[in-house]
Amino acid sequence: MAQRKMTVTVTVDGVRYEEEVEPRLLLVHLLRDRLGKTGTPIGCDTGNCGACTVMLDGRSAKSCSVLAVQADGSEILTVEGLASGDEWHPLQRAFHEEHALQCGYCTPGMIMASLDLLQVNPDPDDTEIREGLEGNLCRCTGYANIVRAVRRAAAESREVSGA
Amino acid sequence: MTELIERPAPEIGKARRRREDARLVTGRTRWTDNIQLPGMLHVAFLRSPMAHARILRVDVSAARELPGVVAAFTGADLGPEQGSLPCAWPVSEDVVIPAHPPVAVEEVRYVGEAVACVVATDRYRAADALEAIEVDYEPLDPVLDMEAALAPGSPGVRAGQSNKAFTWVFSQGEVDAAFAGAPVLIERTYVQQRLIPSAMEPRAVVCDRLGEDYTLHSATQIPHILRVMLALTTGIPEHRLRVIAPDVGGGFGSKLQVTAEEVVCLLLAKRLNRPVKWTESRSEGNLTVHHGRDQLQRISLAAESDGRIRGLKVDLLADMGAYLMLVTPGVPLLGAFMFPGIYKMAAYDFRCTGVFTTKMPTDAYRGAGRPEATFAIERVMDELAHELGIDPLEVRRRNWIEREEFPYTSVAGLVYDSGDYGAATDRATELLGYAALRAEQAERRARRDPVQLGIGISTYTEMCGLAPSRVLGSLAYGAGGWEHASVRMLPTGKVEVVTGSSPHGQGHETAWSQIVADTLGVPFEDVTVLHGDTAISPRGLDTYGSRSLTVGGIALLQACGRVREKAKSVAAHLLEADPGDVDFENGLFRVRGTDAVRSIQEIALAVFTAHNLPDGFEPRLDADATFDPENFSFPHGTHLCAVEVDTETGMSRIRSYVAVDDVGNVVNPLIVEGQVHGGIAQGIGQALFEEARYDEEGNLLTSTLADYLIPSAADLPDFVTERTQTPATSNPLGVKGVGEAGTIASTPAVVNAIVDALRPYGVHDVRMPCTPERVWRALEESR
Repeated sequence: MAQRKMTVTVTVDGVRYEEEVEPRLLLVHLLRDRLGKTGTPIGCDTGNCGACTVMLDGRSAKSCSVLAVQADGSEILTVEGLASGDEWHPLQRAFHEEHALQCGYCTPGMIMASLDLLQVNPDPDDTEIREGLEGNLCRCTGYANIVRAVRRAAAESREVSGA
Repeated sequence: MTELIERPAPEIGKARRRREDARLVTGRTRWTDNIQLPGMLHVAFLRSPMAHARILRVDVSAARELPGVVAAFTGADLGPEQGSLPCAWPVSEDVVIPAHPPVAVEEVRYVGEAVACVVATDRYRAADALEAIEVDYEPLDPVLDMEAALAPGSPGVRAGQSNKAFTWVFSQGEVDAAFAGAPVLIERTYVQQRLIPSAMEPRAVVCDRLGEDYTLHSATQIPHILRVMLALTTGIPEHRLRVIAPDVGGGFGSKLQVTAEEVVCLLLAKRLNRPVKWTESRSEGNLTVHHGRDQLQRISLAAESDGRIRGLKVDLLADMGAYLMLVTPGVPLLGAFMFPGIYKMAAYDFRCTGVFTTKMPTDAYRGAGRPEATFAIERVMDELAHELGIDPLEVRRRNWIEREEFPYTSVAGLVYDSGDYGAATDRATELLGYAALRAEQAERRARRDPVQLGIGISTYTEMCGLAPSRVLGSLAYGAGGWEHASVRMLPTGKVEVVTGSSPHGQGHETAWSQIVADTLGVPFEDVTVLHGDTAISPRGLDTYGSRSLTVGGIALLQACGRVREKAKSVAAHLLEADPGDVDFENGLFRVRGTDAVRSIQEIALAVFTAHNLPDGFEPRLDADATFDPENFSFPHGTHLCAVEVDTETGMSRIRSYVAVDDVGNVVNPLIVEGQVHGGIAQGIGQALFEEARYDEEGNLLTSTLADYLIPSAADLPDFVTERTQTPATSNPLGVKGVGEAGTIASTPAVVNAIVDALRPYGVHDVRMPCTPERVWRALEESR
């Protein structure tokens, strides 16, 4: 039932927001329903599908499994904050080039989980990619092209940082 | 003056990266749940916790008093206005189509059936209010097992009525003679478990009312069909109703439906005169998005001692669930014609009984009837090979239709237009390293390796591209199978296409642009494709049954051809030539043997200004086409799967997977490969992981993605995919459908591999999904 409200301050994709929320409000609903950040979708209610994955203070988190009040003071990066203007992030480019999406519903979460994976392991092999993305479900692609995309983005990112 | 636009290579056949991706990878997508309208209210449904019960009382009065709650309704409150959810496929004379109120009034017949709804100012308050609704149920007996449901004395899903929904029979040739005295007889029973389609985007509906006009957004595959059916169901006139399928996150058949929630949201917008939104949670969806498969298949095959098939008999029980939804009873019929597969035989007998149970209704799920049929025949071909002691590839070779026999009329009466089963199989065995794997298998068997190797084969064909309207009519389907396209050239030479196909991940915006670019000779970038909104695209029959390219793509091709002919007559007029002397290539009209030339873009502008057009030429450069195919399309191919099975733990691991598919000519190989990958993954899901399970009380045990296992990246191998290319002869592009082929092919390939690995232990079957426990038990039982 309706609860006493609390103030939450979050920075999402570089913009600071202060919102009055019920303590039970999920972070993903804060993002989608209150802040209009609808780039992050919801695919399940048990934390299994990963569609709602965002970066929370630099690590991936399933935003359906975090309360908005738990994110108070946090820095959040969503798929909407990845590109600089029309310049896509290497992962966005790689998903496009390798046809790693069909309906695209899992894509924001898949890209954000891949971002975390490459941060921890900049040169993963196929098994490491598959295991690293185990918490993100896709029903369209069969994952083969997602694995290729992550490999491609990793190679591209290493080239950039090596140069 | 004529500016040449660079357009070198043909677009058709090119691995164009998808134009849809730009919004999808940046999060600028238009999912239904993203929509927020001023004053919008949120809907939540109270659902039955019982599989079968009489509703004695539903009291929503306390819910109505809660803060933020605007309204609450029971089924009785909605009354006759809510109508009955439609079934558009009354398959037989004897079919029973029960009344199906969107919100139950007197009785609930599956767990999850809606009994009341609330409307509140936000989704949390709507969910809160459900807890304040009181319902008294009088429990009735659940009906869960199809064979028990048909036995005399079984409790009824509807009191006093049989649980039989329909019978449908088909027979061709002298079946009794084929079976009498046959040297080899194989009889098997297979279980097609119940599946949950599990599109990643949960269903969502937003409905708005402005005066007498309604706009309904839905995460649907079928905006056009939905509009007609909602009008017929609710009485809201069709012309007052606009249906929009915005970006839709996958369907796989599950969004080929007219749902209770769509009807109710429309009625709520009407009653409250406010916009309403409903978005399901995944656990709500697992209960109430229609399920797939769920058949009990008895299959008998009679053969000569050299393995040639004499005849085939199939007796199916198909679980309808509690009601018949949009095409529920038609799904097994789509399989009826596919049990003979790619094989020649003289006699075939098919019988199907639809059975009511107190479960969620079943309906179309990727492949719809054809995966079931392909599974049964491909499993039985392996059993035949084992019985005769010959290689399962060889037994297939002895029976399949040879390349030079096409077009071939199958025993089920289908005319397979083209194919080359030998070429696909040869290439697949080469890619897999079939001979080397057989040698390794023999070696592992000889040394009694606890990890055994199995090789699974699936040589499939399927009928898709739904469908010739006459054929659908002869099967009592309630609509046609045509598709529509409109093409218009804009004054600046750009092209706007309107398609009646309704993509939800298939990449039509890209593939359709490729077809237009080649046909009108315009750059790929100059085409835009509009779809999924009945106000923009008033005619269409939507996307399912691998029909979009083979039906909608051909309509588009024909519309483009008409635009080109119109443009040609204008070009001839401006060039002062006879149209017969004007050639068209790469967007340019040339008078043969001269330098005189006009680009199609110049013609578009000339038509717009209309200053100098041929006499009687209407100043518009556009055309429509509606295409109704003469035949289905018949993709085919050979899928091979090598599986390692640990006989101590029952664990199966796919070591390699090869697919050589023949989908005819290809518009975009990237998209085709993606469809094949995803299809294989779903078929593997059925083989190894997925099953919707109800307990003995009729409670769904697999209501979340924690319990209903769809494969993750870690569960699947990479796929080796190639194509052979035998053009379809039934359409001018030579294309066949590809959306379902992978799913149809892969399930038997995987199960055949597991059974093949376990043959030395006397195992003849493992019930799907072949979990470690099932494999282990099959081994224990045969030891």
